[in-house]
Amino acid sequence: MSNESNMRRVTAIRNGTVIDHIPAGSALRVLELLNIGRDTSVPVSLVMNVPSKKMGAKDIVKVEDRELTQAELDRLALVAEGASVAIIRAYAVAEKLEITLGDEIVNVVRCTFSNCITQNPREPLAHRLRVLSKEPLQIRCHYCGRPQDLDELVQNVI
Amino acid sequence: MTGLITMADLTNEDIVEVLDAAERLLPAARGEVHMPLLSGRILGNLFFEPSTRTRMSFETAMKRLGGDVVNLGDVSTSSVVKGETLFDTVQMVDGYTDIIAMRHPRQGAARYAQDAARVPILNGGDGAGHHPTQTMLDLFTIRQAHGRLEDLDVVLAGDLRYGRTVHSLSHALARFNCRIVLASPELLRMPREIVEDLRASGASVEETTDLYGSLDTADVVYMTRIQKERFADEDEYIKVAGAYKLHVKHLGEVRQDMIVMHPLPRVDEIHPSVDETRHARYFEQAFNGVVTRMALLCRLLGVDVPGGEA
Repeated sequence: MSNESNMRRVTAIRNGTVIDHIPAGSALRVLELLNIGRDTSVPVSLVMNVPSKKMGAKDIVKVEDRELTQAELDRLALVAEGASVAIIRAYAVAEKLEITLGDEIVNVVRCTFSNCITQNPREPLAHRLRVLSKEPLQIRCHYCGRPQDLDELVQNVI
Repeated sequence: MTGLITMADLTNEDIVEVLDAAERLLPAARGEVHMPLLSGRILGNLFFEPSTRTRMSFETAMKRLGGDVVNLGDVSTSSVVKGETLFDTVQMVDGYTDIIAMRHPRQGAARYAQDAARVPILNGGDGAGHHPTQTMLDLFTIRQAHGRLEDLDVVLAGDLRYGRTVHSLSHALARFNCRIVLASPELLRMPREIVEDLRASGASVEETTDLYGSLDTADVVYMTRIQKERFADEDEYIKVAGAYKLHVKHLGEVRQDMIVMHPLPRVDEIHPSVDETRHARYFEQAFNGVVTRMALLCRLLGVDVPGGEA
């Protein structure tokens, strides 16, 4: 199936953000990491498992009337490394951004270990996770050193 | 190097240098000579969890070197009980002292404190995480007995899951190419990530529940207490309490120069009948806590111990 027909699944947006090439099945996690949920009033479209030449299958998320910042997009690196982001203004791509996973994830998610020092919500230092390896994804808490499970991590979004 | 949080903060060369400095400090540790190398310096002892040996040996080490010590005191009467964060406590003590020794029930607390502090932090135990100053005294004891750290057969036994001493020690032993046998009840196996790290570093690691079958080929048998305070569920504790009880009768076929170590306190994992054998080394080990901590305090405060190579 062509890219065009993929795009027809959801209509083009006038203003907002399109996140394309999300690994298939990860779109819901993307919404969680962006804190898009019940309280979100702008239109959000989501397609999952659509064919992709590059990836075999992929997910796409479109958020209307909201331009996601680089800081917000950095949060997505955990589940959507390599995804491409387009900021849309008046139906045209105004800016292209990428989501890359660095060596450290700062203040995006909390360590999942129940006895980690960062479990005290009043402790003021940043939540920091170290990325040991991207393939396979291996993440450990900077402070307690415990390995982090991705499924549990996305439940700990800050 | 700012502080000592995990053994990863020291290279093998650093470790050997600290142990060499500790050798030179032995007469001062015994009180035979006066070496006021840290005169005018202040150590802050921040112990948020009970400690006898670690706290006292830090205090003794600092005082033997002519330095002074201030203590957090009883956590139940300090500002911690009023809800002060670790960050704020560390900020305050950081201003009062030149170096901090710390023990905390939460894992990662020492790294956190180091990120919050200007002065070096010595991790005296963070939850079930690390205990690198104990590892330094363990290595000192091993080197005293065997003349080397490399290429030894070491059995680590008991509570490997929650035992922070064995977490730090196993990392160091792996780096010196020791062969490591991990003997524990199934419930108290070494955390997966540590075993993976040890194997990834190329170490030979064997896991077993059979402690007694591993004794005969060992150079070092390192026993640990099964720590009741780490169990949320007492039934789980009862299942594994007393799993290993090393008795003199188990030592008939062991190597002549094999040493038995224990970070202490012991409950019943080493029978007193072992105390009188040539193998028992745990009381010397406890004494070595003073001299290795003296060497670490000097190193982290940037003070050379006289007698080393220029």
